[in-house]
Amino acid sequence: MRETKYWTWHMAAGVVIFFLLGLHMLIMHVGGITHLFAPHGGEATSKVNSLYRDGSLFFLTTYVLLLGVALYHGLYGLRTILFELTLKPAVEKAVSVVLLVAGLGLFGLGAWAAFATHAIAIAGARG
Amino acid sequence: MAEIKRHDNRLGLWGWLGGGRWGIERYAYILHRLTGLGILLYFLMHVVVTSLRARGIYLWVEGGVFHQPMFKFGEFLVFAAFAYHALNGVRLVLVELGLAVGKPIEPVYPYKTSLGVQRPLLIAMMILAAILLAAGGYNFLSLAK
Repeated sequence: MRETKYWTWHMAAGVVIFFLLGLHMLIMHVGGITHLFAPHGGEATSKVNSLYRDGSLFFLTTYVLLLGVALYHGLYGLRTILFELTLKPAVEKAVSVVLLVAGLGLFGLGAWAAFATHAIAIAGARG
Repeated sequence: MAEIKRHDNRLGLWGWLGGGRWGIERYAYILHRLTGLGILLYFLMHVVVTSLRARGIYLWVEGGVFHQPMFKFGEFLVFAAFAYHALNGVRLVLVELGLAVGKPIEPVYPYKTSLGVQRPLLIAMMILAAILLAAGGYNFLSLAK
């Protein structure tokens, strides 16, 4: 039952990622066509355009949300693939713990960076 | 609570890497896993690299390590993997929810497969993935000029 719940979350996370990562890809990788959220011109990935997005509350929220759901979706997907190799229960537990710790660590790092750059961008905009 | 019966996966990695004589959906499944693993590998590094901007380090901007053509091409490959994985994922969610697989019927010989009902969805999703890939390719080539 618990695994069914995890699997349902995995699918639900996939739907959220479809929209959020889709937007991220449209900005970053099709930016030459869409010119979305890059008001300073040039590449969407330039420092000024990155800072513009980092200063937005919308991007702060969606970055942290995308980070969380993408880490869950990706690491749970990896766990599913590894578990299909018929691991011993102790190894399965160790894999789950390692992936959980890695996921939480990366979420902490990414969320800290999103909040820190948001503060930097806001301070920069105020001069 | 009843213990889940465990079955040995004798085929190991080949169990999911080998498509055998199965239909195109089986190969779509293999590619879904491979693109998923590729995207995950990139994503884990991406989180670390982009987090450095909190310390004022922008490795992907002009003059940065990751602004070289080799990495730009790598990013295009990640975009291609995303285009496939996302649209095939939409198909998988729809099929998982019982949509686009047709109505259930009695298993009367000669048996009918639901694959014929599912296939138009696969084709539609692959066309959308190809359109997205073309847009990403155009963007990549225009930046490379």
